[in-house]
Amino acid sequence: MTDYSEILKQERNADWRVELRNSVANKDRVTVERVKMTEAEPSERIKSQTCEVNKGLTADEARREASRCMDCVTPTCIEGCPVSINIPKFVKYIEAGKFLQAAATLKEFSALPAVCGRVCPQEKQCEAKCFYTQKMKKEPVAIGYLERFAADFERESGKIQVPKVEKRNGIKIAAIGSGPASLSFAGDMIKFGYDVTVFEALHEIGGVLKYGIPEFRLPNSVVDVELENLRQMGVNFEKNFVVGRTASFDDLKELGYKAFFIGSGAGLPNFMNIPGENLNGVMSSNEYLTRVNLMYANQSDSDTPVLRGKCVAVIGGGNTAMDAVRTSKRLGAERSIIIYRRSRDEMPARLEEIKHAEEEGIEFMNLANPIEYLPNAEGRVAKVRLQRMKLGEPDASGRRKPVPIEGDIVEIDIDIAIVAIGVSPNPLIPACLAGLKMSKWGTIEVNEQTMQSSIPEIFAGGDIVRGGATVILAMGDGRKAAGSMHDYLKNKHNL
Amino acid sequence: MNKIVEKQRLSELVFKFVVEAPMIAKSRKPGNFVILRVGEKGERIPLTIVDSDLEKGTITLIVQNVGASSGKLCVLEAGECITDLVGPLGKATHIFKAGTILAMGGGVGVAPLYPIVEAFKKAGNRVITVIAARNKDLLILEKEMREYSDELIVMTDDGSYGKKGLITEGAEEVIKREKVNECIAIGPAIMMKFAAQLTKKYDIPTQVSLNTIMVDGTGMCGACRVTVNGETKFTCVDGPEFNAHQIDFDEMLQRLRAYKNEEDQAKKK
Ligand SMILES: Cc1cc2nc3c(=O)[nH]c(=O)nc-3n(C[C@H](O)[C@H](O)[C@H](O)COP(=O)(O)OP(=O)(O)OC[C@H]3O[C@@H](n4cnc5c(N)ncnc54)[C@H](O)[C@@H]3O)c2cc1C
Ligand code: SF4
Ligand code: FES
Repeated sequence: MTDYSEILKQERNADWRVELRNSVANKDRVTVERVKMTEAEPSERIKSQTCEVNKGLTADEARREASRCMDCVTPTCIEGCPVSINIPKFVKYIEAGKFLQAAATLKEFSALPAVCGRVCPQEKQCEAKCFYTQKMKKEPVAIGYLERFAADFERESGKIQVPKVEKRNGIKIAAIGSGPASLSFAGDMIKFGYDVTVFEALHEIGGVLKYGIPEFRLPNSVVDVELENLRQMGVNFEKNFVVGRTASFDDLKELGYKAFFIGSGAGLPNFMNIPGENLNGVMSSNEYLTRVNLMYANQSDSDTPVLRGKCVAVIGGGNTAMDAVRTSKRLGAERSIIIYRRSRDEMPARLEEIKHAEEEGIEFMNLANPIEYLPNAEGRVAKVRLQRMKLGEPDASGRRKPVPIEGDIVEIDIDIAIVAIGVSPNPLIPACLAGLKMSKWGTIEVNEQTMQSSIPEIFAGGDIVRGGATVILAMGDGRKAAGSMHDYLKNKHNL
Repeated sequence: MNKIVEKQRLSELVFKFVVEAPMIAKSRKPGNFVILRVGEKGERIPLTIVDSDLEKGTITLIVQNVGASSGKLCVLEAGECITDLVGPLGKATHIFKAGTILAMGGGVGVAPLYPIVEAFKKAGNRVITVIAARNKDLLILEKEMREYSDELIVMTDDGSYGKKGLITEGAEEVIKREKVNECIAIGPAIMMKFAAQLTKKYDIPTQVSLNTIMVDGTGMCGACRVTVNGETKFTCVDGPEFNAHQIDFDEMLQRLRAYKNEEDQAKKK
């Protein structure tokens, strides 16, 4: 990407950047302490499923935090970002008080900055590569908070810029699934001038952003604004439409669709296949979160029920596990416990979610793995038997592998168990597309540069290609696929 | 939004709806179901597609008013709309020429059985159908079933119509009388359990269609888990039809009660 580093250099040399850089000495910049995010009080926020925990930065806080960034010659933070956002540029716009320009910069790279600012694992990405972290062993610039600030500022200012779209070229394109992968794909394709329809199986648009990630971490209203933007740009949304069932790919081709992007996600919940897992009271995190986030089962006027336990055990250490366990606290559990087979250091969840969970009184039973669920007289789960673990040698993922401590087994009393040990790719689409090349993990195989599958007019991205991954990677895939599908169609249709 | 074009009361608690859904009408096969939702806070409820009309672009659903959610649907009238409707879901029934088919339908289970009986008949089988209900007033689709059955036996628990007795009694008479190649049974879980026991005794391959709890119906949540041949399956995508002799019915009956306390509380409100 020599081109990009050239552009970065040129932009860094813009007059306003040079002036801003020289206005404060670096030795002063580094003395500023990293901003603390204002948070809702733990005792208050656990009373509500919708109270967002992080309150966002004020304009003063954001500018001060942005002033910590030294606008490095080699901005390593960008290497940490899966979509290579021009981080110093948007940060410096914030320092300069030009918040709308900061938001516009973000949007050149990311379709949903308000979402990514909230849910990206920054401590493993951009902020891990920040000069402060790498060279000074200090707390990194709060890139995630700043991203969220700029995007929220734009949204709340009511001055959202609906991007310009090219003249319609009349070519119909379908995106399957409405998670971040498809949404970012659709946003780009509509800009290029295509007729874009997004098909979604559920009755809500947004994929995991709606049915999975809870309101206290990502308010639906934030996602809805982005969806409204896409609608205004001309994207069609067809909900309650299962591609492969409601209509086949052939049916869609007959309706005039020329190319397809599959962003159907990794929706299939994994279970451990241990005794008692089908007892009442044991369920997947997807079921639990869907009942609450998609069906509003926590609200009294909802027809969908949800179990409310006194003692809820959540199995797993990822974001999904944190979302489920914190939801259970909000639904009134007295004890909410994370059961994880490795230690805190290996947890795949965002650091911030673990911290918030701890503040909310979530108990952590690390180095423990369920081996059986035991019922009460009514056949509901009443206990979980746990095998205690210790950490052994690192495994393929580089994390130390948990091994059982022979004979060290404990039982704890629970009334709900939520299994959040990962998801597998949704098998529905592959099952109905003969000739689509799949991996042995059930993901769709694509050319990594173009996201094109073994069937030329079919592209794919997000979790259906990667297995359970992240929002930003899904969005990156969607953009990449849009770019290369555009090239493919230009050739094919002589545009 | 899908418009209801026709509504008919089949018995005290059972209603038939003909609903506009042209795409589903075209792609559905016997054994498929839909999931629908009434109102913004409505529950997602699965219903088997009983029939479809390609020309009119409609599907037929039959629903028994048993709880808050089915109740919300049952008060809708022709001309009104169903908030959300998605399908066809689930695997289609494996229809083939088996010889003699014995079809058993209990209660509102007669409705999902109907398209299957029709398909087996059209595939050239001899079809003997046994339908049952608690009493005469609760019996549905008798006339329609008769059309596609070489023989129709009606059973009621109280003897108010047809023969008095359980559906399995009617079925066993047939099995004793003549060679049956394949059975299919749909109805309350407890009825399917006993039907499975009966046909196992006579070693007749049997399919049942399970009505587990569901949320999404697309394989995403696992609420519909059932144990088949010792393995966990998702009813909505791996079924709804399974080999009756491999199902852990006791577990299934238990799982149907998963939200009983919550539902009882909702009823009190
Ligand atoms: C609870 C939870 C918390 C998470 N937290 C984070 C986090 O903090 N940070 C982060 O980066 N990532 C997080 N993730 C992961 C992240 O959400 C996913 O990686 C991302 O959403 C994947 O996007 P996608 O577009 O590939 O698919 P999805 O968001 O999964 O969307 C796929 C959509 O396709 C639909 N679909 C499937 N098949 C069909 C079909 N045949 N026809 C029509 N529609 C279909 C599905 O209904 C679904 O709505 C979390 C995931 C979960 C479950
Ligand atoms: S998109 Fe994610 S990784 Fe990239 S700069 Fe923003 S927070 Fe960091
Ligand atoms: S109903 Fe959710 S997986 Fe079957």
